[in-house]
Amino acid sequence: MANVFSRIGDWVNERAPNLAPTYRKHMTEYFAPKNFNLWYYFGSLALLVLVNQIVTGIFLTMNYKTSALEAFNSVEYIMRDVEWGWLIRYMHSTGASLFFVVVFLHMFRGIMYGSFKRPRELVWILGMLIFLVLMAEAFMGYVLPWGNMSFWGAKVIISLFGTIPYIGGSLVEWIMGDFLPADATLNRFFALHVIALPLVLLLLVVLHLAALHEVGSNNPDGVDVKHGPKGNKWNPEKPIDAIPFHPYYTVKDLVGVGFFLTIAAFIIFFAPTFGGWFLEHDNFTPANNLVTPSHIKPSWYFTPFYAILRMIPSFFGTAIWGVIGMFGAILLLALLPWIDKGEVRSVRYRGLGFRIALGVLVFSFLALGLVGAGVTAEVIPEWFPGADVTTWENAFGRLMVLGYFGFFVFVWVYTRFGFEKTKPVPERVTMHD
Amino acid sequence: MANEVVDHGRRRFLTVTTAVVGGAGVVAAVVPFIKSWEPSARAKAAGAPVTVDISAIEAGQKVTFAWRSLPVFVVNRTKDQLAQLKGLEPRLLDPMSSDSAQQPKYATNETRSIKPEWLVVIGLCTHLGCVPDFVPDIKPEPFDANWKGGFYCPCHKSRYDLSGRVFSGVPAPKNLPVPPYHFIDDTHIQIGVDPKEAG
Ligand code: HEM
Ligand code: FES
Repeated sequence: MANVFSRIGDWVNERAPNLAPTYRKHMTEYFAPKNFNLWYYFGSLALLVLVNQIVTGIFLTMNYKTSALEAFNSVEYIMRDVEWGWLIRYMHSTGASLFFVVVFLHMFRGIMYGSFKRPRELVWILGMLIFLVLMAEAFMGYVLPWGNMSFWGAKVIISLFGTIPYIGGSLVEWIMGDFLPADATLNRFFALHVIALPLVLLLLVVLHLAALHEVGSNNPDGVDVKHGPKGNKWNPEKPIDAIPFHPYYTVKDLVGVGFFLTIAAFIIFFAPTFGGWFLEHDNFTPANNLVTPSHIKPSWYFTPFYAILRMIPSFFGTAIWGVIGMFGAILLLALLPWIDKGEVRSVRYRGLGFRIALGVLVFSFLALGLVGAGVTAEVIPEWFPGADVTTWENAFGRLMVLGYFGFFVFVWVYTRFGFEKTKPVPERVTMHD
Repeated sequence: MANEVVDHGRRRFLTVTTAVVGGAGVVAAVVPFIKSWEPSARAKAAGAPVTVDISAIEAGQKVTFAWRSLPVFVVNRTKDQLAQLKGLEPRLLDPMSSDSAQQPKYATNETRSIKPEWLVVIGLCTHLGCVPDFVPDIKPEPFDANWKGGFYCPCHKSRYDLSGRVFSGVPAPKNLPVPPYHFIDDTHIQIGVDPKEAG
């Protein structure tokens, strides 16, 4: 038997001699720093969720009907009549939310340990492109059930393009293919959601990993293991502080997968709507172009950006400033490798100013999420009866907008003009075992 | 190879012309795909004018009609409500309706309408296109302690008065648009046709 396998192996090798070396290069002979911690789980978890989205998505497509007349009912049909259809749909919808949980943590890790810095700028840029495509993918997927939130979410987001001077109006019609989100809109979003964007996403993920493997992973100490002493148990040429990805990190990542799947299963089985955060109640009524849901808000993962949009008022007769602010918030993240000029990567050895600024960034981002989700509008009257909700919400929200953008301004000034007092960075990674 | 010497000028010329001609071909081929996203002939045809009966709309009431599948608000304003429009000017962004794209000439007046009591506006917030709520009562509201009646957009909290004029300091940049319309008789209006065109 073994003989048969090795003969098949040889047969393939003669015809595609690159396969085995490629496997070795990226798995058994890919040397990664030995000090990865919990924060390094989220890349492989993002891959896991990506596979989940593709597989469950394919199965949803088998019963979903792409038409404004039928879409809503076909989703109800999947939930009620298709054998195990509810599980497949909840795996897909929960997966979408968990995708963002995982990606936000993955991005935070990058900022915290300076993984975006030289020489990993391209890994970071590809990551940001992934993030943009992922947002488009999630938005279009959200439209597909054609519930009332789908409809109004689509309307509001597409109208963002209407704020562009001169061409805005016709651009919006072009995107919708009608004067309102309609059958044409739903059909094209379906095409983009199930095939166009996933192809782009897959390509970007491959490039993301290729770029990472070219320069090698960073680690919680931000020390370059490649520049340290050479010679480990497996290879005398390779860094002493690195271990082969397979089997060491594949096994470690499996532990993460186990934990993650347990949490995901709990949500899927016991709290698939997650109290209205993962699936919104207003989306359980069909799309109605004459009635806006009373509390329109996007999915939770868009709420921080949405709050930036809402908190910036219109000036000079145009609402484009909020839109610029919203996209600018993402653009600034992408430019971080050139904004943060600090030499030291990991937060462990960076100056106090950076640590505080990072805290402010996280706090403002989460707070903006609450503002965008309408939580502040609910709690202000409860905590401060008689207060003018709009005034206070705007004051708080705008402060948080300042906090978010302030991070980038501060970090640039702090690192560009040498205000940062860093701690000594160790020669080699520190192991905490 | 008959000629061993490479003519670089010629090679560059051929490379550039091939790239330009090929590029033009690609651009031309992309046009139909871009165009295919425009509203189709069927979608455009659905934009015909509609005639609506307003006899059942009582004073102080709003009814929503669909025109080009857009919601059109028709409001029968009371004397009291009309009187409130006066004092609001300082709080509004464009009280005089100076933006001519937002209403036809015949509705460029204080009440933004042909007949003072009848308001006809497209019920889509000029911020990002939600349908604002009709909040007609003159009483303090959570979003405005000094509310004189009007429209409140639940999406990002834009406010409009009972003529669809936007307040300042809200996300929406413009007054609610008034569609072309005219009165056929006292109880019927046609939305989508100017009085002139109707003769
Ligand atoms: C579909 C989404 C994504 C997938 C599947 C993915 C996958 C991965 C994987 C498997 C790794 C190596 C393991 C690890 O370091 O955790 C990685 C590393 C990295 N990713 Fe992503 N990623 C995604 C999105 C992003 C985004 C949105 C960003 C940020 C803009 C990003 C930035 C990075 C960086 C900077 C590294 C290197 C980290 C280091 O070496 O410390 N990724 N990614
Ligand atoms: S859509 Fe009405 S305030 Fe934004």
